[in-house]
Amino acid sequence: MTTIAIPEGMPQYDDVPRFDVAAVRADFPILDREINGHRLVYLDSANTSHKPRQVLDVLAEHYAMHNANVSRSVHTLGTEATEAYEGARAKIAAFINAPSVDEVVFTKNSTEAINIVAYAFSNASLRPDADERFRLGPGDEIVISEMEHHSNIVPWQLLCERTGATLRWFPVTDQGRLDESGLEELVTERTKIVSLVHTSNILGTVNATARITERVRQVGALLLLDCSQSVPHMPMDVVDHDADFIVFTGHKMCAPTGIGVLWGRGELLAAMPPVLGGGSMIETVSMARSTFAAPPARFEAGTPPIAEAVALGAAVDYLSGIGMRAVQWHEKELTAYALDALATVPGLRIFGPNVPVGRGGTISFALGDVHPHDVGQVLDSLGVQVRVGHHCAKPVCTRFGVPAMTRASFYLYTTTEEIDALVAGLEQVRKVFD
Amino acid sequence: MQLDQLYQEIILDHYKHPHGRGLRDAEDPQARVAEAHHVNPTCGDEITVRVATGGDVLDDISYDGMGCSISQASASVLHELLRGRGAGEAFAVHEAFVELMSGRGQVTPDEDVLGDGVAFAGVARYPARVKCALLPWMAFKDAAARAGVGASPTEVKA
Repeated sequence: MTTIAIPEGMPQYDDVPRFDVAAVRADFPILDREINGHRLVYLDSANTSHKPRQVLDVLAEHYAMHNANVSRSVHTLGTEATEAYEGARAKIAAFINAPSVDEVVFTKNSTEAINIVAYAFSNASLRPDADERFRLGPGDEIVISEMEHHSNIVPWQLLCERTGATLRWFPVTDQGRLDESGLEELVTERTKIVSLVHTSNILGTVNATARITERVRQVGALLLLDCSQSVPHMPMDVVDHDADFIVFTGHKMCAPTGIGVLWGRGELLAAMPPVLGGGSMIETVSMARSTFAAPPARFEAGTPPIAEAVALGAAVDYLSGIGMRAVQWHEKELTAYALDALATVPGLRIFGPNVPVGRGGTISFALGDVHPHDVGQVLDSLGVQVRVGHHCAKPVCTRFGVPAMTRASFYLYTTTEEIDALVAGLEQVRKVFD
Repeated sequence: MQLDQLYQEIILDHYKHPHGRGLRDAEDPQARVAEAHHVNPTCGDEITVRVATGGDVLDDISYDGMGCSISQASASVLHELLRGRGAGEAFAVHEAFVELMSGRGQVTPDEDVLGDGVAFAGVARYPARVKCALLPWMAFKDAAARAGVGASPTEVKA
């Protein structure tokens, strides 16, 4: 092997943080599976990620040794469970650089987190004494984008129906970028909240938020970033992003299903009325009325997903151990490799940015006229797991004039060999349907 | 899992060369015409099936849609099998096809009844694809009911 010396003063190979992908893969038991007689090639991590042994062990250990309800028992097990649950909250706060642990609200998933904010608006709109920033009525506007997941569209449509507010959205360019050209007309003094996807789950686009944030601040609106596809894949700093809320979900970042996060600025969470009522979220209850706990408890009614939260903490430890910069770089290299490799497939059309800049490792495409279901089925017969369909982002499919797309998505355990398997599989698809 | 069980030649042939595709007006101006549009919300596949009937006979079954090879081939087969048949016969075939698709691969299809539809026996082994195969058949049932043939639309479940 020849070693090529990179001239001094240029970025060196070792400047980029790296990790041993083979060692990481050994942490994920499922990656040893065979599918239909082939080695599993899992290219559906944007849908849900796999879980490393380190996380599975913590989950099992919690139930085996520390199981008890949280925040209500004086006994030892209850204390251990509470410490584990709150300890996970602290880990997640550190992971996203939240100024305070109390700004991390555990939810079921991103969808629930967005709905909590939407319903807080709804409830505030019914109460004249509520914080003005959360009161909505006719004439007020909510701004989203055409590249949102349904979970960041439908809650706002429903909120607009309930309050008489108007929903508006950023369009998407032919290249799959957010069209910010109408920013000034779109985000105005009428705007109450801009709720925007950080990384698109279908186009892979990573939205640059700085200009939008600046405009949001100018007009006095709030900014929510749907980080479901970014927190698992890159370093996240909520202070740096100057967001008001971010949401993300555990199962896409090596943690179990059933646990997600709403992060909000402390003073905003404190100004929000509760959404779900029940145990744990109260200060005091009488038969006539109740007062409510401070955040985050105010938004965590009922017994929370305790073991799942603890396991999310373990997932954050696992990812931090590898380093999110390294994860991000690994996926950037994979994306560059995949874009080049897919370009060699005749008749393949990529939706979204076709350069590995300002995009993540999620690539949607069409293969000639072959329907994505058929693409996915042939790939599955070869052990290659991709997602097909509208990816809960139907407006994006409509925008690009297709009923569905095929999507390959990568994570820290993905290898270039797996991308080769995808490309070989696509050749097989062409043979069946040409 | 054998891929060619799913993508039998007959299915691929109907997909690549669909029979009777495109929505048509009824030849007989007195005919009752009705259509139904069905979608598969999980994948976005869509189909519109139009039924034209003078009474007991399904004079024409036309359709248009977009979707995977299974759903589109299934519409082509449906057109071939049911067009020009009496309502009673057509619903017997319909029932046999639904039974085949619900059989998890355990039902042996009768070629005399199902014709090219027997090729879908392999699809029944793929739970994720059964809905694709049934999409046009459910739309047909709905359209037929609206045209006054068979079950009422409220009884039809996609």
